[in-house]
Amino acid sequence: MAPVVDTLRLTAEGAKDLLERGEVTATELRAAYLDAIAERDGELHCFLRTTDSGGDGVPIALKDVISTKGVETTAGSRILAGYVPVFDATVAARVKAAGLGLLGKTNTDEFAMGSSTENSAYGPSRNPWDPSRVPGGSGGGSAAAVTAGLAPWALGSDTGGSIKQPSALCGNVGLRPTYGSVSRYGVVAFASSLDQVGPVAKTVRDVALLYSIIAGRDPLDSTTAELPEAVRLPEGDSLAGIRVGVPTELNEAEGIEPGVKAAVARTIELAEELGAEVGECSLPRSVRYGMPCYYLIAPAEASSNLARYDGVRYGRRADGASYQEMVDQTRDEGLGPEPKRRIMLGTYALSSGYYDAYYGQAQKVRTLIIEEHREALEQFDVLVSPTSPTVAFEIGERAADPLAMYASDLLTIPSCLAGLPGLSIPCGLSEGLPVGLQLIGPQFGENLLFRVGHAVEQALEYETVPERWR
Amino acid sequence: MSWEPVIGLEVHVHLKTRTKMFCRCPVGFGAAANTQTCPVCLAFPGALPVVNRIAVEWTLKLGLALGCEVAEHAVFSRKNYFYFDNPKGYQISQYDLPFCTNGKVLVPTADGDSVVGIVRAHLEEDAAKTVHIGGRTGRIRGADYSLVDFNRGGTPLVEIVTAPDIGSAEEAKRFLQILRQTITELGISDAEMEKGTLRVDANVSVRPTGSKELRTRTELKNMNSFTFVARGIDAEIARQIALWESGGTVRQETYDFDATTGTLTPHRAKEEADDYRYFPEPDLVPVEPPAELVERLRSELPELPSARIRRLEAELDLERATVLVTGGLDRLWCDAVAAGTEKIAAANVIANNVVGAGLDAAAVSAKELARLVEARERLPRAAFDEAISKLAEPGFSADPYLAQEALSDENELEPIVARILEANPGQVEAYRNGKEGLLGFFVGQVMKETQGNANPRVVSELLRAKLK
Repeated sequence: MAPVVDTLRLTAEGAKDLLERGEVTATELRAAYLDAIAERDGELHCFLRTTDSGGDGVPIALKDVISTKGVETTAGSRILAGYVPVFDATVAARVKAAGLGLLGKTNTDEFAMGSSTENSAYGPSRNPWDPSRVPGGSGGGSAAAVTAGLAPWALGSDTGGSIKQPSALCGNVGLRPTYGSVSRYGVVAFASSLDQVGPVAKTVRDVALLYSIIAGRDPLDSTTAELPEAVRLPEGDSLAGIRVGVPTELNEAEGIEPGVKAAVARTIELAEELGAEVGECSLPRSVRYGMPCYYLIAPAEASSNLARYDGVRYGRRADGASYQEMVDQTRDEGLGPEPKRRIMLGTYALSSGYYDAYYGQAQKVRTLIIEEHREALEQFDVLVSPTSPTVAFEIGERAADPLAMYASDLLTIPSCLAGLPGLSIPCGLSEGLPVGLQLIGPQFGENLLFRVGHAVEQALEYETVPERWR
Repeated sequence: MSWEPVIGLEVHVHLKTRTKMFCRCPVGFGAAANTQTCPVCLAFPGALPVVNRIAVEWTLKLGLALGCEVAEHAVFSRKNYFYFDNPKGYQISQYDLPFCTNGKVLVPTADGDSVVGIVRAHLEEDAAKTVHIGGRTGRIRGADYSLVDFNRGGTPLVEIVTAPDIGSAEEAKRFLQILRQTITELGISDAEMEKGTLRVDANVSVRPTGSKELRTRTELKNMNSFTFVARGIDAEIARQIALWESGGTVRQETYDFDATTGTLTPHRAKEEADDYRYFPEPDLVPVEPPAELVERLRSELPELPSARIRRLEAELDLERATVLVTGGLDRLWCDAVAAGTEKIAAANVIANNVVGAGLDAAAVSAKELARLVEARERLPRAAFDEAISKLAEPGFSADPYLAQEALSDENELEPIVARILEANPGQVEAYRNGKEGLLGFFVGQVMKETQGNANPRVVSELLRAKLK
C-alpha cells in the first residue's frame, strides 16, 4: 500500500527527503501528483498536457514556453499546436539531468503575453484560492499548480512579471533571476532582452534549490554568465545588518489596494524586528517611465521574435494561393489578439522614422532605470514593495481592457528592465486572497534575496494551502 | 554633352569556415538538401545564435587588408523581412556598428592609382537557397511551387560596400579582380562567382562629366562573372545616357543582367519601400575585438595585390603585372625569373601556357619552367606544350623535352614555306598590299604542316624574306 503523500503541503525539499529516506519511490511520488492533477486540474486547468516521463528525483512542471524534446510545446498559442520540439531547452535538459521527471506542461498566456492566462489559446487557468479569479500570468499555470499541490515545484518565465506576479496572486514563492543567470536556449522567445526562466515553489529554500539546478552559463546562450558565487540554501532567521530600502514610488503607486499596502507594511515592520535596517529611497523615473518603456521594448523585440511563425517549417499552416497569402492567413488564424496587438505596436516602434522616438528613446530610458536602481542598491542591500498592486482579480474583469491588464505589472516591470533579480514571497492575505512581497536585489544577488526571503518567511509562518482546502 | 558613370559595388563573400555563422552545422556544397541543418538555422522556437569566432577574425582580417578601421565595439543587428529563405523572419546582420569601416583599395591604372573607398565590411548570415519549380523563368513569378534548401542558410557572409568611386566598367572589373585575389590569398573564401561564393551587385548612375551631383542610381544583380559585371555596367550606362538625352529620367530600380542577350530586365517591381526595422540583436552581446587580436591579424597580412602590381610593373608593364598578380601567378613568375629566365617571356608563358594548361601555379616547378622558357624557340611546339602540361607533376624534369629540337633547317623548311604561299595567293596579295598582320596566318599554316615541329622564329624570317 502506497504511503499517503499530502501534495498540498509537501515541499520539494520534503519530497526529496522522503525519496532519500526511501519512504516513497519516485514512481509513487509521481503518482501522487498525477492523482492530484486528476482530482483538481479539471477545475483549475493548470496543465495543457501531462507527460509520462521518468526521473528518480522530485518531479517538476514546466511552463509551456520551455521546449521539451518529444513533448508538444505550444507557448499557449494555436500557431504552435502540434509542434513537438526535437530538442530540450537547456533548462529542461538541466532539470532532467538532475533527475527531475516531467509532470507536464503548464498553461500560459499566448507567448507569455499577459497577466492572467486569459490570453492562452487553450482557455484560462484558475486561482486555487478562488476559481472565479485569475492565477495571474503569464505563468499562471505553473503558479497555480504549485499552490494546488499539482506539482512540488515548477519553472516559469518572466519578461515583465510573469513569474513574480502569478506567485503573488497564488500565494507562493517565485524568483525572476538576474538577466543572464539562466539560459534562454530553447525557451520560446517573447522579448529576448527581458526573458528569464525562474523557479516557482512553496518555500524560498525550494526556489533556491531549483535555481541552483538551472542557473549558470550556457554556451548555447551568449547572454548567460557564470554565477559569481555558488547558490546557498538559506538558513537562519536574523536580518541583522541587512539594509532594506523602501522605494516610495513602488510602495505608494496609484492603484495599490489598501489591503495589499497594509500587508506589505506589516511585513516591513517584521523585517525591522528581525534586525533589518529599514529606510526609504526613491526610484522616480523607474516607476513613471518603466511601463511605457517596457511596452515599447518588449513588443519591438516580440514583433521580430514572432516573425518565424510563418507556417513554412513547423506548426500550423493555412492554405493560400501564394507564399504571401499562406503566411498572412497562417498568422491571422494562428495568433491571438494580444500577440497581434504587440506585433503591431512593436513593428510601429521599430519603423523607419519612428525608431529614434520610440525604440531608441526607450533604450535610453532603460539605461536611466538601470542607473537609478544601481544607485538605490548602493544604499540598500535589497529593495522591497508589493509584487502586484492588487490581489487576484476576477476572470474577465480586465480581459477587455489591455491597459488595466498591463497595470498588473506596474511594480514588477522596473527591476525587470534593470535586469535585476526579484523574489516574490507570500506576506499575508487581503480580502482572503494572497498578497505578494517583492524583494529586489543587486545583479547576481540571489543569495541575498534567498536569505532575506527565508527569514521573513520563517517569521511570517504563512500557510500556503488555500483556505478552502485546509 | 558628355557623361561620366558613377559606380559603387556591393560584394558578398561566403567565408569558408568549417561551421555556419551562428550554429555548428557544417558549411559546404553538395550535401543532400536540408541535411546540414539544426534548430538554430531552421529557426525553431527558442533556438539562439552563437557567434562563430573564426568568421569574426576573418572579417577583421579582410577589413585590415582593405585598409579599414576595425571597430572597438561592433554590434550585430536584426534585419527584419518575411521571405521563406529567411527562417527567423530576420537576418542577423550588422547595421550602424559594423566590424570594419572607412577603408580604401588602390587600383593601379596607367594614370596612377585609382582609389576605391570601402564604406564598410560587415558580417552577416546567408539566406537559404530557393528553387522555383514550374514556370519558364526559374523565378518565383509563374512558378508552380518553390523548394527551400536550408543547407546554405546561415553561411557566414561578408558584405563589402564601396563608395561610388568607380568611374568605368573596366575599373570595376579591375577592382573586383584585386579584391577577389586579396580574399583568396587571405584563405578565407574561394570567392568564385560561378559557385556563388562571391556575388556582386553594382549601383550605377551617370552624370554630366565634371559635375559633382549624384543622380538616381539603379542596381544590377545576378551577374555571374567579372566580365558580365563589366558588360552589365556598360549596358546600364548606355541605357541611362540614352534615357537622359531623350529627356527621360532614370527611376530607382533593380535589374537583372542577362549575359546571353546582353539585356537588362527589371528584377522585381517593389510595391513599397523596404523597411527592415533594424535593431540590435538582443540574443547576442556586442563584440569588442581586443587590440592584441587586431595587431596579430595585421601582422599576418601578406603584401597586398595592389602593391605587388606596382612592384612588378617596374619590371614588366602594368598589364602583365596585373594579369600575374590577379591570377595568383606572380610568385611563380618571381621564382622563375630568379631561376634565370627572361622576364617578359616568362610572364607570357605563365599567363598563356601555364594558365591554358589549367595548372595550379603553386605546384609548378619554377626551375623547370625557367628552363622551358629559355628553350622555347628551339623546342618543337608539341614537346614544349607537353612539357608545360606536366610542370605541376611531382618530380617533373624538363630534360627529355629539352633534348628535342624544332625544325630549324632552312633547307628543309623552304619547300614547305613555298608550298603554303602558293596555296594562298589571295593572302599573299593582301600581305604585299600592307596587311602585314597576315604573317601570323602563314606561320600558323607552316606549323600545321609540320605538326608543330618547326621553329617559329626561323619560319617567320623565311616568310618575311619570301614575301618581300
